[in-house]
Amino acid sequence: MYGFEALTFNIHGGYLEAIVRGHRAGLLTTSDYNNLCQCETLDDIKMHLSATEYGPYLQNEPSPLHTTTIVEKCTLKLVDDYKHMLCQATEPLSTFLEYITYGHMIDNVVLIVTGTLHERDVQELLEKCHPLGMFDSIATLAVAQNMRELYRLVLVDTPLAPYFSECITSEDLDDMNIEIMRNTLYKAYLEDFYRFCQKLGGATAEIMSDLLAFEADRRAVNITINSIGTELTRDDRRKLYSNFGLFYPYGHEELAVCEDIDQVRAVMEKYPPYQSIFAKLSYGESQMLDKAFYEEEVKRHCLAFEQQFHYAVFFAYMRLREQEIRNLMWISECVAQNQKSRVHDSVVFIF
Amino acid sequence: MDHFTDKFPPMDLMRSEKMTFVQLIIPAESAHRAITYLGQLGLLQFRDLNAEKSPFQRTFVNQVKRCAEMSRKLRFLMDQTNKAGIKSSCSVLKSDIYLEDIETQLAEHEHEIIEMNSNSEKLQQAYNELLEFKIVLQKACSFLVSNHGHAVAEERELEENVYSNGDFVETPFLFEQETLPGPSKSNQSGLRFISGIICKSKVLSFERILFRATRGNMLFNQAPADEQIMDPISTEMVEKTVFVVFFSGEQARTKILKICEAFGANCYPVPEDITKQRQITREVSSRLTDLEATLDAGIRHRNKALSSVGGHLAKWMDMVRREKAVYDTLNMLNFDVTKKCLVGEGWCPLIAKTQIQEVLQRATFDSNSQVGVIFHSMDALESPPTYFRTNSFTNPYQEIVDAYGVARYQEVNPAVYTTIIFPFLFAVMFGDWGHGICLLLGALVLIAHESKLSNQRLGSFMEMLFGGRYVILLMSLFSMYCGLIYNEFFSVPFHIFGASAYKCRDISCRDAHTTGLVKYREPYPFGVDPSWRGSRSELPFLNSLKMKMSILFGVVHMNLGIMLSYFNARFFGSSLDIRYQFVPQMIFLNSLFGYLSLLIVLKWCTGSQADLYHIMIYMFLSPFDNLGENELFWGQRPLQVLLLLLAVIAVPWMLFPKPFILKKLHNERFQGRTYGMLNTSEADLEVEPDSARQHREEFNFSEVFVHQMIHSIEFVLGSVSNTASYLRLWALSLAHSELSTVFYEKVLLLAWGYDNLIIRLVGLVVFAFATAFILLMMETLSAFLHALRLHWVEFQNKFYHGDGYKFRPFSFATLTEDEN
Repeated sequence: MYGFEALTFNIHGGYLEAIVRGHRAGLLTTSDYNNLCQCETLDDIKMHLSATEYGPYLQNEPSPLHTTTIVEKCTLKLVDDYKHMLCQATEPLSTFLEYITYGHMIDNVVLIVTGTLHERDVQELLEKCHPLGMFDSIATLAVAQNMRELYRLVLVDTPLAPYFSECITSEDLDDMNIEIMRNTLYKAYLEDFYRFCQKLGGATAEIMSDLLAFEADRRAVNITINSIGTELTRDDRRKLYSNFGLFYPYGHEELAVCEDIDQVRAVMEKYPPYQSIFAKLSYGESQMLDKAFYEEEVKRHCLAFEQQFHYAVFFAYMRLREQEIRNLMWISECVAQNQKSRVHDSVVFIF
Repeated sequence: MDHFTDKFPPMDLMRSEKMTFVQLIIPAESAHRAITYLGQLGLLQFRDLNAEKSPFQRTFVNQVKRCAEMSRKLRFLMDQTNKAGIKSSCSVLKSDIYLEDIETQLAEHEHEIIEMNSNSEKLQQAYNELLEFKIVLQKACSFLVSNHGHAVAEERELEENVYSNGDFVETPFLFEQETLPGPSKSNQSGLRFISGIICKSKVLSFERILFRATRGNMLFNQAPADEQIMDPISTEMVEKTVFVVFFSGEQARTKILKICEAFGANCYPVPEDITKQRQITREVSSRLTDLEATLDAGIRHRNKALSSVGGHLAKWMDMVRREKAVYDTLNMLNFDVTKKCLVGEGWCPLIAKTQIQEVLQRATFDSNSQVGVIFHSMDALESPPTYFRTNSFTNPYQEIVDAYGVARYQEVNPAVYTTIIFPFLFAVMFGDWGHGICLLLGALVLIAHESKLSNQRLGSFMEMLFGGRYVILLMSLFSMYCGLIYNEFFSVPFHIFGASAYKCRDISCRDAHTTGLVKYREPYPFGVDPSWRGSRSELPFLNSLKMKMSILFGVVHMNLGIMLSYFNARFFGSSLDIRYQFVPQMIFLNSLFGYLSLLIVLKWCTGSQADLYHIMIYMFLSPFDNLGENELFWGQRPLQVLLLLLAVIAVPWMLFPKPFILKKLHNERFQGRTYGMLNTSEADLEVEPDSARQHREEFNFSEVFVHQMIHSIEFVLGSVSNTASYLRLWALSLAHSELSTVFYEKVLLLAWGYDNLIIRLVGLVVFAFATAFILLMMETLSAFLHALRLHWVEFQNKFYHGDGYKFRPFSFATLTEDEN
């Protein structure tokens, strides 16, 4: 019942909403980032982080630190938060929380399959996987030779199985196919998530549809930009766009025929919410587009916290944390490689 | 009055310690030592002068980092000792080891332990593999019996190859050798197998995947392993399952091997020939015993190393923690311009100044410094912190008060009165000397084990209980006292102080409930007459007693609160508050409720039948009417009119004059200074920048007036509602006694009525549990909370501001609590 969530939401969701808002209060602030950007060594970063929620995770690390250790430990914190919330959650929140991890699952599948294709060691690949997207038989992915086998052997057991129906072919796996598979899976996943949120109704549906629409549009733009100059046909490209979002359906038709970045820009500027993204960019510039998108995304996720009694806060929190970890990784890399002048290039302040 | 109060002996707890703001200028060479000594003394609260700097920009960041690194190593060693299960025997240590020594020693030990761990890990892995192989051999045989006779020649040869090179330990996966079959010797049966071992939790999905991968063309056999195998990473014992997969075809084979790898299943070759099997089993067993011996030796060696460190760990941990605290404090200090001195600021109690000076001198002397530490008082802007010197008896009461709000600097501390009034009010609600004895025993146990328990880490609940042991002690003593007055022992009255003054009208005593008792001798000397229990007059009498008593206590308690506001006002020299707040408040409360108390006492003394409700109500409704039979004393009517008049006057008295006078004072102070401000020279501003800032505060009359209005209304309404609030003493006391009566009569006596041992026993158990959990725990808690409320709200809102902040000195003694 829309508008009446306040009556019943707290029965099951109140505790977890409080938890997630508490976690959100632990996100690094601008002053934290300012301090982090002034760090001289990775030890300084560790020291500064020891005063934050990452403290307990980093305190037992021996001194010559590496960026990977920092990122790994910070991710561990995110995973612990997530697992705690998942343990406490009841239906439908638990399903909602599980949906959040499917994106990582798709990435992991693609990572393993690509890795095996290039004959990398499976253990090494497993270490690179995002811990949120792990499932039992993930290592078995290495056995599969083509998509059909991939599906039949491993993925049929995972929640990703339904998304696979669209991309089962007997073709051998190659880079191009894998990338198409990733995007097809992602499309199916986003659409499924979108439907699920619509089914939940209320403020969750409203806010999540906004957030997911943005995600879908961003993917559409990225697919377009990345496929410019490849052998991907326009029809194939069109098939990879998710069937919702602001661009759907007319924007998709226009994006499908784009041949360079300025055409993409022309398409996007027709949509008022995306005008601001391009306002800061000069023509022909695509490197900064990612950051602009991230900034817009962070803004939207922060706004999700303004409303109460809905599930989008969980989604927003997870995404904000991930962005924060990306920031930390960038800062640590810059510090480790003595490139401090470039620190601000890719850090997206959350508050 | 002033003369009289000045003669009181000084009360330490009444007002917080006089604090002074001090500045320290410490030469760099003796800084560390000085801070260490100050930490041992623990009487100086440093102010962070580098608040705007981030932690890694401060001066002593490297030392702090080193300490953090050392405590990490210490945690690692501690962890290892705990894992190995070594009890650290506290060895006697030389006290003067330096941090640098510890650092090098720690590094050595850590390195040693890590190396030993990695060695034993390797050994453990080899051991695990052998053990697994042995289990596989044992289990797989049974599956292979059916296949016996299809012995595959190639594998037999192969096995010989494998085991002849002998470096069993070094081969991580034994099946690797197996995967080199000669192409010429394709197997005769067409059926081949792979045997191995896998975690029990993964078996199901493993089998499923195998089935899918081979499209069902395989046979999967499994048997649980008898022994658990240690997981080298988590060092936990894992249950494993042995499997044998039969299949045919080379492709299936590679697939299965890949799946095995993906699932972390270890494959071991099993020969089909029984003699061969026996031989290998023998070999494996002998190797296993060898390895076991090596492993044991390794572990013993490691444990020895660990136990040699173990004794020092706690001490080192303490030292490192102190060092870190010292450097953290040093980071709060500023370097002066010449970079040769550190400048620190902070608060200390006035009486501790000499002690601090002594300590600083000692530090200068010990570090052979040429220049002493400069230590002098300064003026401070902010108000000083509040510091009470408490002992283990007064501390819990101070905590009770602090939980509401820390006292403003030098304001009257209600904890002084709380020490007695709080347990007493509790006891009024919890009056039962049987229950009191139980509480007393609990408190005595806690106090008897004081020295033992205070060193232990207790759970949060026990810690609370232990901290409040003296509160519980006083509460129990008072509740025994009140219980004697109420004459209740687990709700049973006793004839302790002689015989009862009442007797029944006839021998059968049937009409005690309906018509009551007859008095035949002198009244019962102390407390409630035991004969009243269950009689007609019991409830009316007890209600009237407890209700009136509650009001008396309430009025006295609130009067005390208002009196304390007088002491506050006098101490801070605010005659305005005395004249326009204390006096009218006193008059208002006492002209209404003080008068009520007077009537109660009079009625008790004279035994009059007057109706006090009637008197109080008609005092307001028709003050000039004749009181009739309700007149208690001569001149009551004019007195009532006078009191009513006083109360009516008191309300505007406390409302209007204060804000207007404040406004007048403010205007006078700045009269003619509007021009003067420009003339004041810069020097003048520099001398007194603080005081000037304070004076120039905006005076907002409406705000002050509204504030005063709220206060007055709150007081006038509050005096009615607060008096009513004290009736909770009566209500809780009644509830407690009724509840315990119910448990006594309806459980214990009822069960005792049966002539059956089991029923009696059950009744006794139920009674005991009800007494322990409901009466002793829940009722104690509720009476405690109500007493707390009476203190926080009814008592403290008469005088207590509670907007100060606590004095937190830099002290080593408090360090251990922060960590962990």
